[in-house]
Amino acid sequence: MTYNFAFLDEDTKRMLRRALLKAVAIPGYQVPFGSREMPLPYGWGTGGIQVTAALLGPDDVLKVIDQGADDTTNAVNIRRFFSRVAAVATTEHTAEATLIQTRHRIPETSLREDQILVFQVPEPEPLRTLEPREAETRTLHALADYGLMHVKLYEDIAQYGHIATSYDYPVLVDGRFLTSPSPIPKFDNPKLDRSPALMLFGAGREKRLYAIPPYTHVESLAFDDHPFEIQRWEHQCELCGSGESYLDEVIVDDRGTRMFVCSDTDFCSGRRAEAQA
Amino acid sequence: MSALLQVRGVSRHYGPRIGCEDVSFELHPGELLCIVGESGSGKSTLLNTVAAQLSPTAGSVRYRQRNGGWLDLAALSEADRRRLAREEWGFVTQNPRDGLRLNVSAGANVAERLMALGMRNYSQLRAIARGWLERVEIDPSRIDDAPTSFSGGMQQRLQIARTLVTQPRLVFMDEPTAGLDVSVQARILDLLRRLVNELGLAAVMVTHDLAVARLLAARTLVMQGGRVVETGLTDQILDDPQHPYTQLLVSSVLTT
Amino acid sequence: MTAALMLELRDLSKSFELHHQHGARLNVLRGIDLRLHAGECVVLSGPSGAGKSTLLRVIYANYRPSFGAVHVRHDERWIDLAKATPHEVLEVRRRTLAYVSQFLRVIPRVPALDIVAEPLLQMGVDEPEARRRAGDLLRRLNVPERLWALPPSTFSGGEQQRVNIARGLIARRPILLLDEPTASLDVENRNVVAQLLAEARADGSAVLGIFHDEDMRDRVATRLFPMQALEAA
Repeated sequence: MTYNFAFLDEDTKRMLRRALLKAVAIPGYQVPFGSREMPLPYGWGTGGIQVTAALLGPDDVLKVIDQGADDTTNAVNIRRFFSRVAAVATTEHTAEATLIQTRHRIPETSLREDQILVFQVPEPEPLRTLEPREAETRTLHALADYGLMHVKLYEDIAQYGHIATSYDYPVLVDGRFLTSPSPIPKFDNPKLDRSPALMLFGAGREKRLYAIPPYTHVESLAFDDHPFEIQRWEHQCELCGSGESYLDEVIVDDRGTRMFVCSDTDFCSGRRAEAQA
Repeated sequence: MSALLQVRGVSRHYGPRIGCEDVSFELHPGELLCIVGESGSGKSTLLNTVAAQLSPTAGSVRYRQRNGGWLDLAALSEADRRRLAREEWGFVTQNPRDGLRLNVSAGANVAERLMALGMRNYSQLRAIARGWLERVEIDPSRIDDAPTSFSGGMQQRLQIARTLVTQPRLVFMDEPTAGLDVSVQARILDLLRRLVNELGLAAVMVTHDLAVARLLAARTLVMQGGRVVETGLTDQILDDPQHPYTQLLVSSVLTT
Repeated sequence: MTAALMLELRDLSKSFELHHQHGARLNVLRGIDLRLHAGECVVLSGPSGAGKSTLLRVIYANYRPSFGAVHVRHDERWIDLAKATPHEVLEVRRRTLAYVSQFLRVIPRVPALDIVAEPLLQMGVDEPEARRRAGDLLRRLNVPERLWALPPSTFSGGEQQRVNIARGLIARRPILLLDEPTASLDVENRNVVAQLLAEARADGSAVLGIFHDEDMRDRVATRLFPMQALEAA
């Protein structure tokens, strides 16, 4: 059985590209699009896959990560999917990729202008937990009326003594649109700011696309007396010894022994290879 | 003294049905005006129309801005309407649950309007919220409690704090004490009376209770069947009612 | 030099139309002419039912006159309260016209001291000063200091009346309307009230009042204004 290049038909890809152009033109603004049924369930990255499918060309080199890892089921399957339906080259190395689809992380290795990062987004609307009405959240965006978001941060501090939101931490894009960075750890938020790479976000179930164009100012919300802070660890990666990367806590045996390792597998193996050389 | 709000010939119809018809009045700064009438008399429709939550079928509502200029509410964009509602106006609903954000703490409820105005200092927000809880006689130690754990009277006082915290120039109140016990009512009325005096608020309050009008309002508007049948000084209307309907209303009050 | 004219009633009539009593009409006042000068104390006299209280209430604009004019000197200009807007009436009440009734209209939960101080606050006196003067007046009227912080709803009739008088007299307004303010007071306190009225008059206030007690009437009145009951039409 053969498919159209990159699975989607050309009309659908054109629709997606138009939506993406609009998204780039209005940084942080959620553009509705006609999300298609994909051969995997919602929540598995249907939004990201459609964006990737609309962007891929025969010369692209694709990398897919899930929580920073290239070797999880989701990442492996999406990579294999595109090598089958688009015959594109794939890689696990951040530096070699032209297009990176990601779930919940931004690679530790700095991105370049010739790279695109595609995020899988479960809930594009940062105000949703506070305001269930779509018509109302759209109006709030239209009017840049974002006091409500600080209500959530206020509640965090009131409850936990600090802003406890640690992932999907709300940002203001280009001083205008309140935006969900997708469930990346807030550790990655600073990488959104003035990134040389184009960042695209796709929410398949919610049928929304949005973008952070290269070098756009992205500000993480905070209070004057409770500034934005990223996570810090007392540990270093037990595999590569990195003290600057985002660490996962892994339980390694039945007795609850833990170790801390880099969440970005490519970054970690790269450091280890360097150390051995 | 010049008016803060000018209502001229305002009607609001629901299809062929009349909500309110040809209502005119002015509200001056620092003044509390009561709209009285039975249920169905159109007083809430009038309030919502004047507060730009409903658009009038006919007539105009004008509001005087801080810079002295008049704003025609019908010509207001949604953005300006919301800015006005956020920065210069307040609205207290009959059921506090409609006016409160029930899924966040009491403190966040009070602080929300300040944050909407751009206040970004957490400690300052806390201090102001505590001060306002105290002002409306809620124990400040309950600042982090959910409003759902409050009694009806406390919820209403919380809504008042939430509304007045930004010191609005104009407040609309829709039966703020209806549905509360008499003793709780008295406390809230006294509180409103004090705050209105202290803050120099202008307010339009809808009530079916003539005693509330006497206690709070220097001027009153009596409505029947969507129309204003009598208007003037509250004590004059209650002590020397002219219109048959007002006479009936006044003579129906249970006195203790 | 003749004292300034403060209040002038011209051909004043008041009747009540009771729509729910088959349109019955009660005529209470007809063709009243009255002039009140600064420093005067005119006492309304006549049998009960002669419309004395009604007249005071019409002057205060608590009742609407059916016919005629109520001219009040307000800030050196004349206002006809029969034609004034509600805002004008409120302004006249705030600064020119005081009215002390027999009964205190109790505001729940407000302490006596604040009730007395309120007219001063409305005139722009700052709060400590207003409270100090309210305290002085309550002390003169023998209202015990322990009561000042309490709402007067629990006070005796005489105590409430003294709070009411204090509230009416504290802000010196040029025209005072008094409806039996001393009805339930003992001799000692009546003397205080008579003294306060004398001071107000000496200060230039014009007083128009109802005093049933003859002794009190003789002490305060500079002139009587006799009134007669009208027959129901």
